[in-house]
Amino acid sequence: MSKTIFELSTAGRKGYTLPANDVDIPLDEIIPAQYKRESKARLPEVSELDVMRHFIALSHKNHFIEKGLYPLGSCTMKYNPKIHEVIARYSCFANAHPYQPEETMQGALSAMWELQKDLSEISGMAQVTLQPVAGAQGEFTGIKIIEAYHKAKGNTHKDTIIVPDSAHGTNPATCSLVGYKVKELKSDANGRCDIEHLKTLVDENTAGFMLTNPSTLGLFETQVEEISRIFHDVDALIYMDGANLNALLGIVQPGKTGFDVIHFNLHKTFSTPHGGGGPGAGPVGVVEKLVPYLPVPIVSKNDSGYYLDYGHEDTSIGKVHTFYGNFAVLLRAYVYIKMLGAKGLRRASENAIINANYLMARLKDYYHIKHPEYCMHEFVADSSWQKKANGVNTLDIAKRLLDKGFHAPTVYFPLIIPEAMMIEPTETESLDSLNAFADAMIEIAQESKENPELLHEAPLTTPVRRVDDVLAVKKLDPIFPIKN
Amino acid sequence: MPYISNTPEERRAMLEKIGVTDFDQLITAIPPQVRLEGLLNMDEPLSELEITRRIQQQTCGDVCTQAVNSFLGAGVYDHFIPAAVDAIISRPEFHTAYTPYQAEVSQGTLQFIYEYQTMICELTGMEIANASMYDAASAIAEAILMAVRKNRLTKAILPATLHPEYLRVIRIYTEGLGIELLTAPSKDGLIDLDALEAMMDDAVGSVVLQTPNFWGNIEDGEAIGRLVRKNEKALYIVCASPISLAILKAPAAFGADIVVGEGQALGNNMNVGGPLFGFFATKLEMARQMPGRIVGGTLDKEGRRAYALTLQAREQHIRRAKATSNICSNQSLCTLAACVYMSLMGREGMVEVATQSAQKAHYLAREIASIKGFSLAYPDAPFFNEFVINTPIPAAEIISRLLPQGIYAGVDMARWGNDHQLMLAVTEKKNKADLDALVKALQEVRDV
Repeated sequence: MSKTIFELSTAGRKGYTLPANDVDIPLDEIIPAQYKRESKARLPEVSELDVMRHFIALSHKNHFIEKGLYPLGSCTMKYNPKIHEVIARYSCFANAHPYQPEETMQGALSAMWELQKDLSEISGMAQVTLQPVAGAQGEFTGIKIIEAYHKAKGNTHKDTIIVPDSAHGTNPATCSLVGYKVKELKSDANGRCDIEHLKTLVDENTAGFMLTNPSTLGLFETQVEEISRIFHDVDALIYMDGANLNALLGIVQPGKTGFDVIHFNLHKTFSTPHGGGGPGAGPVGVVEKLVPYLPVPIVSKNDSGYYLDYGHEDTSIGKVHTFYGNFAVLLRAYVYIKMLGAKGLRRASENAIINANYLMARLKDYYHIKHPEYCMHEFVADSSWQKKANGVNTLDIAKRLLDKGFHAPTVYFPLIIPEAMMIEPTETESLDSLNAFADAMIEIAQESKENPELLHEAPLTTPVRRVDDVLAVKKLDPIFPIKN
Repeated sequence: MPYISNTPEERRAMLEKIGVTDFDQLITAIPPQVRLEGLLNMDEPLSELEITRRIQQQTCGDVCTQAVNSFLGAGVYDHFIPAAVDAIISRPEFHTAYTPYQAEVSQGTLQFIYEYQTMICELTGMEIANASMYDAASAIAEAILMAVRKNRLTKAILPATLHPEYLRVIRIYTEGLGIELLTAPSKDGLIDLDALEAMMDDAVGSVVLQTPNFWGNIEDGEAIGRLVRKNEKALYIVCASPISLAILKAPAAFGADIVVGEGQALGNNMNVGGPLFGFFATKLEMARQMPGRIVGGTLDKEGRRAYALTLQAREQHIRRAKATSNICSNQSLCTLAACVYMSLMGREGMVEVATQSAQKAHYLAREIASIKGFSLAYPDAPFFNEFVINTPIPAAEIISRLLPQGIYAGVDMARWGNDHQLMLAVTEKKNKADLDALVKALQEVRDV
């Protein structure tokens, strides 16, 4: 273990320099005594070298994309090009203030305008808002837009959104946050929406449907047109959760296949770094009739240049972010899209699909796969064979993968597949790295027969051994007890 | 193709292993009529060199805050960022890692979040913090929702002195859930305490305070706390500026139940206003009502110190429609910048940043107030590093006259209804010459 930064502290040590203050006004004259802090916050006192060593030591304990394959299903851990980082640090972007005059930030605004346009084309939607700062906030924005549409039409009775049982937890949580009731749709034997069940759920009170396509099983919703008809017949709108859009670039434009709203996860599909959990960005695209409800502002263009457009303020749902969204994330996605272009995006999806199918082909004799048909960009295997034969479960397999230098797949999700391992290699992995991963998975399948105890014990080689997360809840320890 | 490793030969070999001869055989589940015919309508792809050149051309007219003498604030601030901050956050070990679900290979991320949580609690006086919300605005919204979960009271009082853009975000987050937002009016740039007192009743579930408030003024957190306590069930939500907390009282000291705020000023660039990050801290007794990721200390199998995401049973991936929030991400990399920043600046540096910012802001305010025609909008309210001035001509005119002189004169308050007011923020980065240059420019505006 590493000491905490607080334990490295030595009174009087400094890690910064600042110019001397050339304005002399005593603090006592300007801050009333009763508002002043009585003692200094006990932040660490360390040198710059102390800080560098500490955080570099911590960095060595992380798995990250450049270290090895990161097969998290529905997370799309593709390689994040380094040119993005260089451009995002240009002073004209990094040091631009959101309220500086528009004429001084035309380059930044034009990048946003271009990104709106390209995302609209990719999704087949009429317009895009870049404001939502995460996938879940994109969902929230999209469902608010659906709500605003129904309000404007006087559809006040519509109080329910339908969500499949294979959906991400954010979907039902989002519906609750907006104030909708949630009905859960079952999956059928082929892992698709159960259309018969769907017909029993949809009625006049249905406001919308949230569908992840391809689903978290890595399967395309073959009946997407019929689903669209069923909902549109009762004036309900269809929301596409774009978590898995990496399968569809240049292959399907969701806005032209019946979807009314979509969110993008730029940190997945468009290769902006995940940052250990964020910041991401979750822009939302909509069909023409929903454009008036988009958050304000969007970026527009006229004869004198690009500007922040509040023109639809009266019909807009309002704002979901203090300013215009996670600009620095948007910028990276803009660079990515411009470098790939139409052919590159299509190639990315094709290769994502080929890589996933290749891995599935290599693993299908060793792990149970409930839906063994050709998958899209990801597939779900499970450990039911290993569990039954040798008492080895998905957690054991996941932890053993860490020993072999790989990150684990997304585990125990989707909830409808017991002991699920959701595997998404992405297009940026080479054949060699896919083979190395497949070999490791096959070795583990072998180990589960020969030495199941080893798997229960795993991981053995990571910076710490299996972490007790039950204890972390029982004896809650959220902050370090600073001594002095 | 950029970023795709496999050669055409490898691709063929892989298709063969899969058992198909052609890519299209893999996507037969997609009905032909929903497939795109041809290619997307987009610009031709650019090489790394070409995109760099294009962006340089695109931005050659852009003028960032470092190229001018900028007094812009209103939610994002231009504080100095030591070089070591970027040296750490640009490490791929941190910036290409995922959410730390697999704790054994994520101890780096987990430990810095734990340290960040500790620092936030130290600044605010609270006992537990999450790994961050999207921005201060959504953090306040989540705090109000948390108060409702805790006390089931659906009236929330927001001050008229709150950042108006925060208010918009709070409104959209709360409007569908039957929460009534009331506004406590302001008087002389601060919350009107008599009016707030009259509004406090048994139905009030939470009271929000922003201090320093939107106009930069420091509110009387103690007096407001006493009013909130008139309803013992109501929760006191304080939105604080983290830099100011180096010299101002920790909100816990005046009775705050939840402390949130905008964290950008802690080592993060302004980036046209995003990413930001909202810090969020509260008392241990409310841990289970909190939104967002929380890291806790624990042990590994061999009894060694380790860290893990904790209290996950609150979250959307477990509780789905009944989760405490739909939030799934955190602004982890921004909190890393904050954590490194607070480590570097440390106990003394944070105080120095806050002190210099306040002193320089007050010097500027006094000088501007002495120019004929200009005055402080709230001369009797104490303020930290930001203040509003009344201007003799529309603020928009001042801004455009000062622009060619290389000055961003401040934020035009016309945006929120007063076209003869300008709001100015000052940080430690300004020196006396910068401040005097603005004063001189404003004098000339008056003289024209």
